[in-house]
Amino acid sequence: MAGIRLAVPSPVHQGEIIEIKALIQHAMESGFRRGARGEVIERNILTRFECDLNGTLVFAADLHPGVAANPLITFHLKAMEPGTLTFTWTDQHGEIWQDSAALKIT
Amino acid sequence: MTAKPILTRRRLLELGAGTVFITASPITSYAAQSDLDQARHTLFGERPIQDGRVTLKLPPIAENGHSVPLSVGIESPMTETDYVKRVAILSPRNPLSLIAQYHFTPQSGEAYAAGRIRLAGTQTLEAIAEMSDGTLWSGRMETVVTLAACVVL
Repeated sequence: MAGIRLAVPSPVHQGEIIEIKALIQHAMESGFRRGARGEVIERNILTRFECDLNGTLVFAADLHPGVAANPLITFHLKAMEPGTLTFTWTDQHGEIWQDSAALKIT
Repeated sequence: MTAKPILTRRRLLELGAGTVFITASPITSYAAQSDLDQARHTLFGERPIQDGRVTLKLPPIAENGHSVPLSVGIESPMTETDYVKRVAILSPRNPLSLIAQYHFTPQSGEAYAAGRIRLAGTQTLEAIAEMSDGTLWSGRMETVVTLAACVVL
């Protein structure tokens, strides 16, 4: 599972504030829903999103059951240095999904 | 003299009515304003919260509570010494009050985040931001949710 789609503008000017979008396929099962036989469907959610630039944390999010399925996270970044943006999602069991994108500065 | 039956038609109907009543008793887990206050206290304690600087944006009418677009922006210079540390999105009506929390850094350039959330009915959401100097600011936005709340979450 876990299809990841990233949108990082490239190349960008130095000092420009850019918008980054990160989407991951995940049911974000809230634990409040019931199945056809009335049984509670067990909670299964992503709890943490982090974005690093060259190993330094630049943005993070704590996710809870109130976040919709296939969470899309949009945030801003001031492009000061080029490098690699690493996107990491962690679920409630500690399982990790990761992808990266290059940040090019002209 | 005839023996009185243990289970008469009348008795059976009464039992039936009782069963229906028990089955129909709600087992929902809606939150209330008090849960929001509780979540706010867990996150920020008793520190004073001022109105302003936080702009929370949601559609005025959300047709589908499963996925409601949300964005939050906070006025801040976003320098190394003066920036927004985090912003929490709180709901007075969802089963869990805390929906999401976004953490910023001076590298963010702008304290802005957007996502899609679930809403269990019409409500006024609250966003509380913590600045690097420790002050707290809040913003609110009401959204009318048309899809039935109980099936949402």
